[in-house]
Amino acid sequence: MGLVQEIDYGTPASGSQKQVTLTVDGFTVTVPEGTSIMRASMEAGIAIPKLCATDMVDAFGSCRLCLVEIDGRNGTPSSCTTPVAPGMVVHTQTGRLKDIRRGVMELYISDHPLDCLTCAANGDCELQTQAGIVGLRDVRYGYEGDNHVFKKNDGVENFKWMAKDESNPYFTYDPSKCIVCSRCVRACEEVQGTFALTIEGRGFGSRVSPGMHELFIDSECVSCGACVQACPTATLTEKSVIQIGQPEHSVVTTCAYCGVGCSFKAEMRGDELVRMVPYKDGKANRGHSCVKGRFAYGYSTHKDRILNPMIREKITDPWREVSWEEALTHTANEFRRIQYQYGRTAIGGITSSRCTNEETYLVQKLIRQGFRNNNVDTCARVCHSPTGYGLGQTFGTSAGTQDFDSVEKTDVVMIIGANPAAAHPVFASRLKKRLRQGAKLIVIDPRRTEMVKSPHVEAAHHLPLKPGTNVAVVTSLAHVIITEGLFDEAFIRERCDWDEFQDWASFVALPENSPEVVGALANVDPEEIRGAARLFARGGNGAIYYGLGVTEHSQGSTTVIAIANLAMATGNVGRPGVGVNPLRGQNNVQGSCDMGSFPHELPGYRHVSGDAVRDIYESLWGVKLDDEPGLRIPNMLDAAVDGSFKGLYVQGEDILQSDPDTKHVAAGLAAMECVVVHDLFLNETANYAHVFLPGSTFLEKDGTFTNAERRINRVRKVMAPKNGLADWEVTQKLAQTMGLAWDYQHPSEIMDEIAKTTPSFASVSYDYLEKMGSVQWPCNEKAPEGTPIMHIDGFVRGKGKFIRTEYVATDERTGPRFPLLLTTGRILSQYNVGAQTRRTENIVWHSEDRLEIHPHDAENRGLRDGDWVRLTSRSGETTLRALITDRVSPGVVYTTFHHPDTQANVITTDFSDWATNCPEYKVTAVQVGASNGPSEWQRDYNEQAEQSRRIATLQAAE
Amino acid sequence: MPMQLASTEITSRTAAIVQEMKGLEGPLLPILHGIQEEFGHVPQDALPVIAEALNISRAEVHGVVTFYHDYRSHPAGRHVLKVCQAEACQSMGSDAVAAKLKQLLGIGFHETTRDGSVTLEPVYCLGLCACAPAAMLDGQVIGRLDDEKLDEIVAEVRS
Repeated sequence: MGLVQEIDYGTPASGSQKQVTLTVDGFTVTVPEGTSIMRASMEAGIAIPKLCATDMVDAFGSCRLCLVEIDGRNGTPSSCTTPVAPGMVVHTQTGRLKDIRRGVMELYISDHPLDCLTCAANGDCELQTQAGIVGLRDVRYGYEGDNHVFKKNDGVENFKWMAKDESNPYFTYDPSKCIVCSRCVRACEEVQGTFALTIEGRGFGSRVSPGMHELFIDSECVSCGACVQACPTATLTEKSVIQIGQPEHSVVTTCAYCGVGCSFKAEMRGDELVRMVPYKDGKANRGHSCVKGRFAYGYSTHKDRILNPMIREKITDPWREVSWEEALTHTANEFRRIQYQYGRTAIGGITSSRCTNEETYLVQKLIRQGFRNNNVDTCARVCHSPTGYGLGQTFGTSAGTQDFDSVEKTDVVMIIGANPAAAHPVFASRLKKRLRQGAKLIVIDPRRTEMVKSPHVEAAHHLPLKPGTNVAVVTSLAHVIITEGLFDEAFIRERCDWDEFQDWASFVALPENSPEVVGALANVDPEEIRGAARLFARGGNGAIYYGLGVTEHSQGSTTVIAIANLAMATGNVGRPGVGVNPLRGQNNVQGSCDMGSFPHELPGYRHVSGDAVRDIYESLWGVKLDDEPGLRIPNMLDAAVDGSFKGLYVQGEDILQSDPDTKHVAAGLAAMECVVVHDLFLNETANYAHVFLPGSTFLEKDGTFTNAERRINRVRKVMAPKNGLADWEVTQKLAQTMGLAWDYQHPSEIMDEIAKTTPSFASVSYDYLEKMGSVQWPCNEKAPEGTPIMHIDGFVRGKGKFIRTEYVATDERTGPRFPLLLTTGRILSQYNVGAQTRRTENIVWHSEDRLEIHPHDAENRGLRDGDWVRLTSRSGETTLRALITDRVSPGVVYTTFHHPDTQANVITTDFSDWATNCPEYKVTAVQVGASNGPSEWQRDYNEQAEQSRRIATLQAAE
Repeated sequence: MPMQLASTEITSRTAAIVQEMKGLEGPLLPILHGIQEEFGHVPQDALPVIAEALNISRAEVHGVVTFYHDYRSHPAGRHVLKVCQAEACQSMGSDAVAAKLKQLLGIGFHETTRDGSVTLEPVYCLGLCACAPAAMLDGQVIGRLDDEKLDEIVAEVRS
């Protein structure tokens, strides 16, 4: 197999269309104008020696190793900083150049430790390689060094020598190995956009410094690892490489964290994962990653992972480990018994947004073909179901309109209810890069997030609206655009229904939608609303990116529609740099929706009532399908409490922790007779389960994930499943045990079935993905190479549909008893309910959920930073520690939901989106007060959880 | 000598300086000069305040401050004596001048006398090559240094 080798061209590609031809060492090469000589030379297959250049960052010209001679020009210019010119004749190896290079290398090595054999970078060190290439044989200046080599010189402490910084859990910084090429500093600035590193001092005293000569962990570093990737020596090295050694083969796969869907090379030694390195050809991430994707994979081998199937009679019993056969037979029998006893619709299942498309497809197939009902739902119910509804109604497809590359062409970005710096970090880095090039930013969010203001990023307008007023504020932007005549009439007349537009325009123009009225109710300065609207309408390519701060509201679908209206009214759909882009939370939430996970839709968003669609599956699967939509998650739980729903198969989702109103979820689960949890860990839902089927990680199976830009990326198996079976095999075995004649040998066969039955996937196959790398659906006869940008010549539904968006305030209101509004979100180092990231070293950045509260509100309540506080809503109460910050406005408090101890969803209510039941996580009226420690509910809950996680030790045979 | 300043005091006085100069084109160096003038050095506690106000990272400010030798991390003595050690002065005996000054003051380069009267620093060219060897005392250049002038300088800083 070997390592997947990627060519380092030394400098980034030039985007120019104009071609230039030159000669390098006698070979003719043609490259785009603006390309460096170094890159052109590499294109011709000639590698010019280099140290400070790498193609992830701009040329710097500091190492003086890449010098060349050019006919007709004086001196020896550096090839990385010199652009090509027509007819240029370049020599990369001459006597003069060889001497210079050897001299430069001598200087480098004169103050570099020569412990190559015991160095972690041995075999992967560019300094070592280049010393070999330039033919270094001796160092005239000696090997003693001055500040890098020895901690003590002649027994005297060497104050210039610096100790290793091991404060970051994932990588070390060893200043003694540093050649001060600045690649790390530039990667941090140009690629990640954090600017956490600098070179301190000057000349021989120059050092890489995190922050102000701080430890990495105390600095502004967000641990994305770009610096580690950029480092040519062992200065910045993954601790895993230090521990294990260099990898010997690698496999390209897709990250299983957020919806950005970054491509990685999983670098392996045998079946041991040495490190994850972002893949340059990955079209979502373009060679970048975040702390989660690159480093936080330790959960896959965490001791908490369950590797054997387990069953129990009652949820109060301890678990009993059993064989796969016994577990599956028990499950099949129970499901059949329940259906016999309570009816066909008494069981159902939940698909996972973390599993592959193929696995999700199989779960819904099991339910439709095997359970013979439509009781299937997915966690998208609680996140982006309003996106599906809203964009489906207005544009005709339930997905984002752009690819991530589109951000490079955008001029004005509007972010609504999302904090990509925390939840979609790689996209945030790409966005920040564009902002540094001059694009403008509008942020609509109750909190002053990192996107509002952080080094080199400053929003032109921040509308810190009161949670729950999205519809009013977005409609108010439209009011300004209509009343001030800023709309794109030509676009609307051509692409949209003009009558509907006029109706909508007359609605938004009403005085009640004016910034002055809305500003008062949303606590936003009306002038800021006007400014934002004018900027968005007039600033060039306008793109809207939004997250769960839009969807998780009682009017989530309405806000999505309002966003679509805004994009259509300003003509910002159907070309690069514009569009409406939902930032999907989980790695495959787009895919799980595509795969027919909703109770009313078959794969490809086709309603179950459609005879033609059902025909396709009925003839293939050989059963009659139910033409009535099944139960949604909340309905399943209601039905369970009522006694008519008794069995549930949950694959890779923790509904107890992630769904609203925890007590209601617990009651629903407790009322069921057979709850089957299929997961990596005994999650919170498993506390109420009767059967536990161990799951496999993304490293242990083949499949595909579909990211937020509709990109179908391959997931490739790099090690055998530790639990014995990949998740698709478990579902298949369950189906077989229930009597279905499934016989998939490989996930590619499942994809073939998907392609055969789903028009938008018609041309997708594993062979095709192998050839293309990845494709964005729709991928079929009409779009053989996939569809990076949708609605180019017209909307999928025909004419774009403007819909009135009347603001109806949520029923969840503040009052004397609950005067504050709680909203929830994520933090960079943790992911979702934390099941994975809590079981990694990421815990050093965020070991508990904290309640962010404004200093005024804290002072009123006598709270100090770090105090335990009691958070109470109409639904319940919990306790956590306070974090006093003016990132939140007075009257608003904020917390994350990564830790089960906190149980933020005990607080959230059961209000939900009118169209899709997506819960209103983002608005809860609460009171905050001092507390001594965990609430009674938390204590009871922890006790129950602990009891429920007992696993019986096997008795010795008599 | 000024007492150790409280960090809140540094923060507020820094904020005032930053506020005044923030609008300049390329404001960082003027701000740092202003701060050095205010405190006699650039206190570490001032850097995050500057970073926040200019919307750049702490690392960037640190990189700039440490690049320029003229920005001090600690307060200097009441007088600052810079002795040129560049080529022209070297050829006219600046090594001996430096050695003599070190001996007279009892300190090395980058050090301050215990009574806080003077800080001795090397400098690389004052543009006074024609009058080498040269030095600069509190911003005033002095050329053609000889033993007599050195004694005068030492007497002045000690007074």
